[in-house]
Amino acid sequence: MTISEAVRAEMRQLAALYPQPRSALLPMLHLVQSEEGDVTTDGINACAEVLGITSAEVTAVSTFYTMYKRQKVGQHHIGVCINTLCGLLGGDAVYAALAERLGTTHDSPSEDSKFWLERIECQAACTHAPVMTVDWEFMDDVTPASAVDVIDRLARGEVVQSTRGPAIRDFAATERTLAFPNDGLADDGVSVDEKMLAGLRIAKERRMSAPPVPASAVAGTTEG
Amino acid sequence: MTLTPVITEHWDSPDLYTLEGYRRFGGYGALASALKQDPDSIISVVKDSGLRGRGGAGFPTGMKWGFVPQNDFKPHYLVVNADESEPGACKDIPIMMANPHALVEGVIIASYAIRASHAFIYIRGEVPNALRKVANAVEQARAAGFVGNNILGTDFSLDIVVHAGAGAYICGEETALLDSLEGYRGQPRLKPPFPAVAGLYASPTVINNVETIANIPYIIERGAAWLRQFGTEKSPGFKVFAVSGHVNRPGIFEAPLGITMRELLDYAGGMRDGRKLKFWIPGGSSVPMLVEEHLDLPLTYEDMAGAGTMLGTGTPMVFDETVSVVKAVTRWLEFYKHESCGKCTPCREGTYWITGMLERFEHGHGQEADVEKIAHVCTQIAGRSFCALGDAAATPYPAALKYFRDEFLAATHTSADEQFDPVASYLFAGATR
Ligand SMILES: Cc1cc2nc3c(=O)[nH]c(=O)nc-3n(C[C@H](O)[C@H](O)[C@H](O)COP(=O)(O)O)c2cc1C
Ligand code: SF4
Ligand code: FES
Repeated sequence: MTISEAVRAEMRQLAALYPQPRSALLPMLHLVQSEEGDVTTDGINACAEVLGITSAEVTAVSTFYTMYKRQKVGQHHIGVCINTLCGLLGGDAVYAALAERLGTTHDSPSEDSKFWLERIECQAACTHAPVMTVDWEFMDDVTPASAVDVIDRLARGEVVQSTRGPAIRDFAATERTLAFPNDGLADDGVSVDEKMLAGLRIAKERRMSAPPVPASAVAGTTEG
Repeated sequence: MTLTPVITEHWDSPDLYTLEGYRRFGGYGALASALKQDPDSIISVVKDSGLRGRGGAGFPTGMKWGFVPQNDFKPHYLVVNADESEPGACKDIPIMMANPHALVEGVIIASYAIRASHAFIYIRGEVPNALRKVANAVEQARAAGFVGNNILGTDFSLDIVVHAGAGAYICGEETALLDSLEGYRGQPRLKPPFPAVAGLYASPTVINNVETIANIPYIIERGAAWLRQFGTEKSPGFKVFAVSGHVNRPGIFEAPLGITMRELLDYAGGMRDGRKLKFWIPGGSSVPMLVEEHLDLPLTYEDMAGAGTMLGTGTPMVFDETVSVVKAVTRWLEFYKHESCGKCTPCREGTYWITGMLERFEHGHGQEADVEKIAHVCTQIAGRSFCALGDAAATPYPAALKYFRDEFLAATHTSADEQFDPVASYLFAGATR
């Protein structure tokens, strides 16, 4: 699809955020994926035009980063962390179950083209292993059965809530968030769970706290 | 040693991520007091506090800020490294989701100190929920007059851009991050010049980790002497530790530097099902593994270096006796091979060849001669690569070999999965849900 004038205007808006417009290229490519489902030639050309660089330069950038795809991702991107900690603690079994359920393999679409499955690297959530992502939102502490259940619910069109984040939308919506992060969803769902509170709970129970502020330091501070 | 929640102190307050929730506990008070001081005196406080960078290398933060030339008529930039992609590291993302305003307040204070009028927070693209939480916090701060023109009526102005990456571990390396932020492939730059002199757009730039910057409001509010009550002379302060793996209660535990792994393990509920510890890694897969005998060492920069490893990101991963070290190391090398940016030969080719040899071991047909050959190739990568990713890739194997040579030898005839039933390592073994 050709990139509409409205989307080009959004690209220019992104470029205007930075002292040098080219800095907006990564967010612009996320916007392309949101519109197109992957990084298309039309999308590359639009980025090149807006930034006044060549399509070859844009292509060179887009092929460097794992999140940019050259084939339609479909409605939902499904990630399973298979880095050592998650993988060995059960992510391998979760991945195998999802590959079977979706009839696909790493970095490929499902049989019905609705889902994309990917073995992803450490998602900065090792405390919540094994970790799965749906459209890059967290699905923490999964098992093979609970992971397949997530797919089944998505396939039926049910609402699925991220374990630490908002209700799942779709891949295109997430890619738009990556271009324009203020998506109005900061209040949807919980972002702090018991694992993130593990130490704080113990500290409160046992009345542990940081040392008090020395009197000399307090004098200089003001109330906020 | 007791736990000391500071950055995490109010995480149980459900609206802490909002401006109102953050201000209820005095949020942005440090900014108000900072703007009444001279920028150099802010740098002095941070220097005196002894705060060291929490991104892995532990470089003294105040000293880094002091390297930025002054009165040079060039724009200065602050760039927050929120790329957290190191295997095992899982503390910056929680900080951004739970307490984003501490980061934003820290960004404003740090920018004021280094005389930057533009700051960037580069967040890995794979975690949109951290991105939206931080972007929301920046907008709220802007609406409250903490970001924008003439902040709190002073002549200090600052814009903050929240920027998403697109999936590349190497973009956590600070100079690769700068290339990425300029819209290029994320490949490291030659140093010198260091970013403090020629960073973003060839202008003086400070790059700091999320946790480093989130420390700043607390230090400014409470003082350098207060911070020095925590930790040791060389490792002052507190740390957001994240304990993962085969423990009963994985999670976030904030404690002074110098707490031991045995104490952290205890807070984390001990080893799962009373199983035995096999090995643990203090701060990401890029630092050498340790074993049981190291549990009583203080978790400080200096004590970890003394034990031949590094504190790294301070996010210990714990593996019990069910785990095959051959499989663990192979998986990490597959990661480094995938993430090598390809710019230099030792790392690009070395990770490829090591991974191939290790995969043979994992499948039970390793060559005995390769046990030493892999170690040798590691010595050819470490110190000979263009950036620290190469050194990191050469780290897991030699450490594993030191403690578990027999396992690699056994993998010349018996696969990792035959040596160790993988199901026994699963957290849901026996249960399906
Ligand atoms: C391959 C590689 C990946 C890195 N990833 C990160 C990262 O995700 N976050 C981070 O803060 N530092 C990371 N670093 C370290 C940075 O280069 C840099 O030292 C750090 O951001 C400086 O911040 P600090 O002084 O506050 O620690 C990485 C380094 C390397 C070599
Ligand atoms: S060491 Fe690896 S990641 Fe670093 S520049 Fe060389 S090839 Fe790239
Ligand atoms: S290893 Fe899976 S989130 Fe870190």
